[in-house]
Amino acid sequence: MVAVQDTVKDVHALDVDKYKYGFVTDIESDMAPKGLNEGIIKFISAKKNEPEWMLELRLQAFDRWKEMEEPTWAKVSYDSIDFQDIHYYAAPKSDADRPESLDDVDPELLKTYEKLGIPLVEQALLAGVKNVAVDAVFDSVSVVTTFKESLAEAGVIFCPISEALQKHPELVKKYLGSVVPMSDNFYATLNSAVFTDGSFVYIPEGVRCPMELSTYFRINEANTGQFERTLIIAEKGSYVSYLEGCTAPMRDENQLHAAVVELIAMEDAEIKYSTVQNWYPGDAEGKGGIYNFVTKRGDCRGANSKISWTQVETGSAVTWKYPSCILRGDNSVGEFYSIAITNNHQQADTGTKMIHLGKNTRSRIISKGISAGQAQSTYRGQVNINRKAAGARNYTQCDSLLIGSKCGAHTVPYIESRNPSAIVEHEATTSKLSEEQLFYCRQRGLSEEEAVALLVNGFCRDVLQQLPMEFAVEAQKLVSISLEGSVG
Amino acid sequence: MLEIKNLHAEVGGKEILKGLSLSIGDGEVHAIMGPNGSGKSTLSYVLSGREGYEVRQGDITYCGESLIGMLPEERAAKGVFLAFQYPLEIPGVSTMNFLRTAYNAQLKARGVEELDAASFLRMVRAKADLLKVSSEMLKRPLNVGFSGGEKKRNEILQMALFEPRLAILDETDSGLDIDALKLVADGVNALRAPDRSMLVITHYQRLLDYIIPDFVHVLSNGRIIKSGGKELALELERDGYESIVSSAA
Repeated sequence: MVAVQDTVKDVHALDVDKYKYGFVTDIESDMAPKGLNEGIIKFISAKKNEPEWMLELRLQAFDRWKEMEEPTWAKVSYDSIDFQDIHYYAAPKSDADRPESLDDVDPELLKTYEKLGIPLVEQALLAGVKNVAVDAVFDSVSVVTTFKESLAEAGVIFCPISEALQKHPELVKKYLGSVVPMSDNFYATLNSAVFTDGSFVYIPEGVRCPMELSTYFRINEANTGQFERTLIIAEKGSYVSYLEGCTAPMRDENQLHAAVVELIAMEDAEIKYSTVQNWYPGDAEGKGGIYNFVTKRGDCRGANSKISWTQVETGSAVTWKYPSCILRGDNSVGEFYSIAITNNHQQADTGTKMIHLGKNTRSRIISKGISAGQAQSTYRGQVNINRKAAGARNYTQCDSLLIGSKCGAHTVPYIESRNPSAIVEHEATTSKLSEEQLFYCRQRGLSEEEAVALLVNGFCRDVLQQLPMEFAVEAQKLVSISLEGSVG
Repeated sequence: MLEIKNLHAEVGGKEILKGLSLSIGDGEVHAIMGPNGSGKSTLSYVLSGREGYEVRQGDITYCGESLIGMLPEERAAKGVFLAFQYPLEIPGVSTMNFLRTAYNAQLKARGVEELDAASFLRMVRAKADLLKVSSEMLKRPLNVGFSGGEKKRNEILQMALFEPRLAILDETDSGLDIDALKLVADGVNALRAPDRSMLVITHYQRLLDYIIPDFVHVLSNGRIIKSGGKELALELERDGYESIVSSAA
């Protein structure tokens, strides 16, 4: 476990500031006034130069949203959000004319991403090193997308959704809202009204995407909300692996992040979607931090298709998120691998929904929840076997690890089977990081922090293994850093 | 090399060691025997620095330095090794990874450069062969699903790897059949060296047929009530603890 050694070095390098992404970039921004009304929505739509139908959809969503109520069923508590006290649009001013190439990107922005460890430089392909194409979303806009040309050669479209609305409106119109309907839930509806940017991915029939795609979300401005919208379409027989990362500056106020992600996998297609979520979690006393209220859903539309969600959730003050799969095609497969770490005063209510509609559909859920400090972590999962889903199978394993005695872990599984041939398995464990295990490691020479890192990484191993190699090491470090100071 | 003087220690507010004194010289093998609840395991934890085992009085001097207040990992880096009676399972962490992480942590604490992966692998393989620890076992998560014998062999493998100056073996014979016992004892005997002292804690004389001690001490009610040569173990086996405890009282 060399990574653990590196981790510990990193942890020490961080010294006082535990959240190393907490800096603010000093950049002039073009911002919409605070508040939410039709005018703001028209402003956003006009900024993006959107087709008329898109604006209509937004306004419909807004009308619908005004009649909806915030969901309260999740096991999280937070001060109510004043939706009129948020800027719904913020963009770096230099971005007014969207840069055509990397050379035109504001150096201040490039520096920001460099500091975050995100490569926005299209390096020459080194032997044995795989390149990753990055779409960088800064507040409300995508500032740059790398490797667009090389991807285009393979027929892959990877661009900001605002650009897709210009260049591929027919594709966006066909698929947007087809997995997460406009009025799906309170936050998804809000997102439908005010979403500003996000990534669009289209993999044509039979194409195996030649590199990892990733989007890096950054909230910079104060009092802004980030409402991104991501849409990924994998045509028949295609494959794509996509990763998103998220960070935000340290601020005393809470900030809202309400995203919608839709995945569509046609016959024999596979989408692997990984998330490393490290939004600012608030300070040790629970002040500040991001409210992460996200709707993610994948539709296995074709037979033999597969959608796999992997998430490492370490940031945010409050997380409310259930990446789900609709297993519509026969023999389709849905997977959900999750690590949710909550420390100090963080709260996470996360899990998945596996909706089995087609025959012989299979789903697998592996959830690892880790709570430390005074944090509360809930796994909430739903497995639904439709009447017609003969031969459907689900396996769920849900493990919780408690560090200390003031935190909590909760498991809320809903299972509904309407087909007698279906097999559903659910296993759950809750354990406490044992003093004996820690002592054993320390007797062998590991410090307490190294021992915690080792034990927790071991606990999460099944999920960490699912991440693309390029990100697994990073995630391992993050797991350790998030738990810094959780013992002793 | 180890000097324990009038050691009083408590666990959860209850005094377990009540004035224990013991002196171990370089290269010596000492056995501590005693009935259940006499404080044998407490002694091993106090020496290795486990939290909750509080020293109230007395001192422990190890290589000229007091161990009191020193963190467990600092003691480990200075060469104090405890072979656990019940080695802990660490799911998701392969034995090889664990060994390497721990080994490098100790090197780092001593200010020595870490060993590269290939050299480390070679070193572990050579030591593992002697203890019949297979490479398949080294790939498995540490102690998870290991048999009693495998766990104890793995403890001795770690002892061989870390090359401690003071090795404390806590009931290493418990749960072993006779073949496994021999294998483990051979492993321990191979590690006897002029600069390595051992403290062998055991219930039964059986282990001492294979690991022959230089000195035997009887621990009762938190104190050493009798010391002698290896023949004391035989005497205990014949007469039981009761007679020694009552004659010492």
